[in-house]
Amino acid sequence: MSKAKFLTGASRRSMLQQFGAAAIGISFAGGLSACNRGGGGRTVNFYNWDTYIGPTTLDDFREATGANVNMSLFATNDELFARLRAGNPGYDVIVPSNEFVTRMSQAQMIQELDRSLIPNFDNLAPEFQDAPFDPGRRYSVPYTWLTLGIGYRKSAMPAGFVPDSWRYLFDSPQFTQRIAVLSESADLIRLCAKYKGISLNAIPDATLTEIEQMLIRQKPHIKAFHEDDGQDLLVAGEIDLVLEYCGDMAQVIAEYGDADYGWVIPREGTLINQDCLCIPTGAPNAADAHAFINYLLDAEAGQKIAEEIQYPTPNGAARELMPDSYKNNPVIFPTAEIMAASEYGAFEGDERSRLYEEIFTRISAA
Amino acid sequence: MQQSWSQAKAAFAAVAVPPVLWLLLFFLIPLGVIWAYTFGENVGPVTIDFTGTFANYARALEPLYLGIFWKSLVVAGLTTLLCLIVGFPVALAIAFATPRTKAWLLLLIMLPFWTNLLIRTFALIAVLREQGYVNFALEWLWNNASGFMALVGLQPLGAYEPLTLLYNNTAVVIGLVYVHLPFMVLPLYAALDRMDRSLMEASLDLGAGHLRTIWAVVVPLAAPGIASGVLITFIPALGAYLTPDLLGGTDSQMIANVIERQFKRANDWPFGAALSFLLMYLTFIAIAAQAFVQRKAERRG
Repeated sequence: MSKAKFLTGASRRSMLQQFGAAAIGISFAGGLSACNRGGGGRTVNFYNWDTYIGPTTLDDFREATGANVNMSLFATNDELFARLRAGNPGYDVIVPSNEFVTRMSQAQMIQELDRSLIPNFDNLAPEFQDAPFDPGRRYSVPYTWLTLGIGYRKSAMPAGFVPDSWRYLFDSPQFTQRIAVLSESADLIRLCAKYKGISLNAIPDATLTEIEQMLIRQKPHIKAFHEDDGQDLLVAGEIDLVLEYCGDMAQVIAEYGDADYGWVIPREGTLINQDCLCIPTGAPNAADAHAFINYLLDAEAGQKIAEEIQYPTPNGAARELMPDSYKNNPVIFPTAEIMAASEYGAFEGDERSRLYEEIFTRISAA
Repeated sequence: MQQSWSQAKAAFAAVAVPPVLWLLLFFLIPLGVIWAYTFGENVGPVTIDFTGTFANYARALEPLYLGIFWKSLVVAGLTTLLCLIVGFPVALAIAFATPRTKAWLLLLIMLPFWTNLLIRTFALIAVLREQGYVNFALEWLWNNASGFMALVGLQPLGAYEPLTLLYNNTAVVIGLVYVHLPFMVLPLYAALDRMDRSLMEASLDLGAGHLRTIWAVVVPLAAPGIASGVLITFIPALGAYLTPDLLGGTDSQMIANVIERQFKRANDWPFGAALSFLLMYLTFIAIAAQAFVQRKAERRG
């Protein structure tokens, strides 16, 4: 998912970077350690999403602790995973999403955190202090969370109409050829399960077949499976409805106003993701990595990050410091009913991701 | 004054060792690893056992994937054909231009290579999209025609409906032709440029028309150039993945997109490797076919 930038108006460049990274494909590990050994001093190698940090956060941390932070960027969880697959090339802190926390902890690619070094853990809102994908929070602490929903063009809707159901994307010819959905197989299939009123985890095989047939039926009405640049297609006027991450649409609405662009999380509920701070196995500087994670959970540091990136923060103390325009923003924080209907996607094993991928291949080939 | 390499072994070795090492280290060994993966089995998120199984190839030969291979072959074939149709007259024109113009024309052909493929594809999106330059131009023409018709007392045309040019298979083929055209023009030009002009003159003198001369004399003589142009257009077009990703619609998936997803989202390297190698075997067949055409042409010449 692209944590495309918010309030900076340069989304296309970040998209180019993403595709650049994708075009290189599998990156070879090992280049990193060489560049960071020089210079002396303590360094934390931070592997993060693009535009996913406060403007002064890294400098502030250096002033507070004397350790430098060397940040490099990835565009997708798959890229992060592929990069660390053959062994940690020298990262100290990484930011995988919930499913990948499970996957990487199972593969022993991330190490257990020493909670005594992270006293700011208490700043987290209570509901974020434990997580089904990482019981007891042994491997991860939450950094931000995000939802999937529908971005739409108000002027293209019937008067006063809000597309508040997944039906309009997955099971209706109403907006034929004016729809783009994300080309992430698992997200797509899971949201279809939500539309069918069942849990998005452990979807029964029979339902998977139904979902496949439904999407094949819907395919002529969908214009494109977008590579997480759906908000650009919406702004360019190619489509009127788009399946996107909340931050990407929050960015569009901040840039172009909410007169014509709307955001809705369908009433059936959605898929929630959580990006977490983790320390990969073999991190060269685990002590400062803990200090850095602790610093990111600090109330004021968290406030500065949230002000910049505008993603929902799990940091209760930081949220308290934020203005109402953030705290009560419906694009950033969904209502309690929506949250109650929504779920995290669990890591259900590699076989499952392969099955979802094959279903998506079949849908595309149909 | 021909010298055999055996007379200067040291010099030969000094020149040959670096590229051979390079090839071995960065091409053959990684390729060998990927080839080994094709016989591997996933046993954990990051562990692959080399069990010698053929299951990956068996899965890659299922109708689903064969269908995608076939579709990629059709798209790449169509791209190559269009490149040939567009590229041949261009190459002919360059070959017959004055030396000064020739240099400029060749530069124009190669100019797009100086820009990243990604940027060029995004530029194409800006041209083709509903609020892009093609539609702007057509809208301008439409509105002027409409105004003119109103002027002469006819029913004016309705409002302009932008054409949907992006996110379908046509857009993918347009994009692929645009990107691969230089690959076709350059070998064609090389073949046409070194052709013996007197043969064409003889053909014209003996009463053949221009078209017949091109068809009966120029094309057969340029056959090796055409074959290599076809080959180096067809192979990258077959493996294209950025263009279908960015310009394609919901059914524009090509085999390279499927391979990419195996290495990333599906985390199934053995299967992705098997698909890649099937693609490579297809490429070898294409190269063999090209060599065959070349040999036949040489024998005739």
